[in-house]
Amino acid sequence: MTDSFMRFDKVTKDYGSVRVVEDLDLTIARGEFVSLLGPSGSGKTTLLMMLAGFESVTAGAITLDGQRLNDVPTYKRDMGVVFQNYALFPHMTIARNVAFPLEMRGTPKSEIATRVKRALDMVQLGHLSDRMPGQLSGGQQQRVALARSLVFEPRVVLMDEPLGALDKQLREQMQLDIRELHHRLGLTIIFVTHDQDEALTMSDRIAVFNKGQIQQCASPRQVYDHPANRFVAEFIGETNLLAGKVSGVDGGRVALTLPDGSVLQADGAPGFSVGDDALLSLRPERIDLHGPADALTGLNTLRGDVADTIYQGDHLRIVIVTAAGRIIARVPRKAAEWPNGSQVVLSFRPTDGWVIAP
Amino acid sequence: MKAAKALYATLIVIFLVAPLLVILPLAFTSSAFLTYPIPAFSFRWFSELANNATWNRAILNSAIIASSTTVLATLLGTLAALGLRSRDLYLKNQLRTLFLLPMVVPAVVLGVGMQAMFVRLGINSTYFSVIVAHSVIALPFVVISVSGALAGVDRRVERAAESLGASPWRVFRLVTLPLAMPGVLSGAALAFATSLDEVVLTLFVAGPNQRTLARQMFSTLRENISPAIASAAFIIIMGTIVIAAALLLARLAPARQKARAKKAAALAQDTVS
Repeated sequence: MTDSFMRFDKVTKDYGSVRVVEDLDLTIARGEFVSLLGPSGSGKTTLLMMLAGFESVTAGAITLDGQRLNDVPTYKRDMGVVFQNYALFPHMTIARNVAFPLEMRGTPKSEIATRVKRALDMVQLGHLSDRMPGQLSGGQQQRVALARSLVFEPRVVLMDEPLGALDKQLREQMQLDIRELHHRLGLTIIFVTHDQDEALTMSDRIAVFNKGQIQQCASPRQVYDHPANRFVAEFIGETNLLAGKVSGVDGGRVALTLPDGSVLQADGAPGFSVGDDALLSLRPERIDLHGPADALTGLNTLRGDVADTIYQGDHLRIVIVTAAGRIIARVPRKAAEWPNGSQVVLSFRPTDGWVIAP
Repeated sequence: MKAAKALYATLIVIFLVAPLLVILPLAFTSSAFLTYPIPAFSFRWFSELANNATWNRAILNSAIIASSTTVLATLLGTLAALGLRSRDLYLKNQLRTLFLLPMVVPAVVLGVGMQAMFVRLGINSTYFSVIVAHSVIALPFVVISVSGALAGVDRRVERAAESLGASPWRVFRLVTLPLAMPGVLSGAALAFATSLDEVVLTLFVAGPNQRTLARQMFSTLRENISPAIASAAFIIIMGTIVIAAALLLARLAPARQKARAKKAAALAQDTVS
C-alpha cells in the first residue's frame, strides 16, 4: 500500500447502542475499483454513507488525498454519488440534471453546455437531453445519473447498489459499461453491492463485509479461490466444507485427516499446525467424478453414492453422500451421467482445495 | 344494486348542494324580499352591494384579511412542516398535534381566549388581530398540505443534490421547495378559503372597521333579510369555486405531467427496442 489515496482508520459507527461498523481499516489507491460486498445490515452501505458525508463518523478518521473528511460537509467533498433509485431531479430536464453540479460550481455557461453534451454522449443519451426524467426508462435514468455524477470530474465516485433496480440483461450490460468507463477515465470507484457476480465482474478488489467488519479485502480471484475464513468461503459462490484435523503441514500444503480416517491434501493459509481443527473448502466445479474402477494417481479421492442429480441447463448438480458428509459436485453436461444410487469416486487436485480455520 | 348506488349518490349530492341551489337564484331577484317566486331577473342587489358603503367596506376587508392570512399562514405553516420533517426532532408527534389543535378546538373557545389576550395587549379590533386569529385556524391546513407534499419528496434526491455540490440552502431552494410547491399552493388556497368564511373568531376579535363579508352577512341576517345577502353569498361561493378549481389544477398538473411522461417513456421504449 504505497498509494493511500483514501484511508479509513479505525472507523466506527454506532446507531444508539447498535454498532454497525467496528474499528474498520481500509486503504484504497487512486484509480482503484473497490466493491463493498456483504449481506444486508453488514455495514457496507453505512460505510459509503459516511464516506459521502450523509452519516457522521462515531470514531476513527476518513482521509482522502491527505484531507481529513470527518467534518467536511457533503457538498464540499467533491464526490459523485449514484443511488439505486437514480435520484434524478424530477422537475428538471435531463440536460439540467447533468448541468446541476457544474452550476453549483459556477462553471461558465458555454462550458457547461459542452461538458453536459460530452457527458450525455458518453452514456449514449445525447438525443434525450430535453426530456424529463419521468419520460425515461430505468436503465436510461441510471445512465443519466451516471453522467451527472461524472460530469464534474469528482475525486471519487460512490455507487450504492446502482444496478439493483434493473433487470438482469440490462444489469450485465451496465456492468460492462461502468467497467469500461472506469478503465477509460481512470476513476476511483467505491461500489456497494450484495450481488457477488457483480463484484467479481467489476472490481479490482472486493471488500467482503460481515457484522460491521471487513472479513477479507483482496482481488476477486483471491477472494474466491483463497477465502480468508468460513464466512467468505460460504458467502462468495458455493462451497463444500469438510471438517477434519490437521495431520501434516508442508509449506503451503496441509494434510487433513477426516473423521473416517481418510487423508486429503490441499493448499491452506499459513499458520496451521498439526492437531488443529480445520475446514476444507471445496468448490463444486473443481470436483471430478469417476467410476469406482478407474485408476487415479496424484489426486485426492473420496468414495460416495449419488443421491440426486439436478438438471441446471448448462451443467448438472450432483449430490453425493460420502463418509465425510453430503458433497455437491457441479459437472459439465458432456460428462458421463450417474444414475441415483450408483457408486462414484470424487477427485480433486490439492491446488483446488483450500484449508481454512473452522 | 347499481341503480340503488346511483340513487343513493344522487340523494347525497342533492342534500349537499340543495341549500346553494335555493339561495343562489335569489341573488338575481328584483324583489325586495328574500322569497320565491322571483318576479323578474335583475342585478339590483349586486349594484346595492357595490354602492352601499357598508358592503363595500366588507368586501374590501375580506380581500385584505384573507390575502394577508394566506401569506402569513402559508409562510408559518410551510416552515412548521419543514421543521416537523426533520428526522431527529424531539417530541415530533406531540408538536405535530399541537400545530393541528386549532382544527379541533371549538372556535368559540379560541375566540374568547384571543379576545382576552388581544385586549390585554391593546391590539384587539385591529386588522392585525383579525389576521393573526385567522392565521391560527388556517395554519393546520397548510401544515397538513405541505407535510403531505414533503412526504412525497425523496430524501435521496436531496442527498444527491448535496453530493453534487449544493449547499443546504440551495438544496432547499432548487430541489425541496419546487417539489413541494403543489402542496404549498393547496395549503395557501385552503388558508384563503378558511379566512373568507370565518365568522366566529371574527365576532370576537374584529371591531366595526374590520367587518368581513361573512361577518356582515351574519349581522344583516339578524337585522333585515334582504336579497343582498344572497348576492354576497353568490360572490363568496364563486370565490370558493375559483379557489377550488385552482387547487384542483395545482393537484392535477403534476399527475398529468406524470401520465404524459409515462406515455412518452412507453413510446421511447418502443423506438429503442
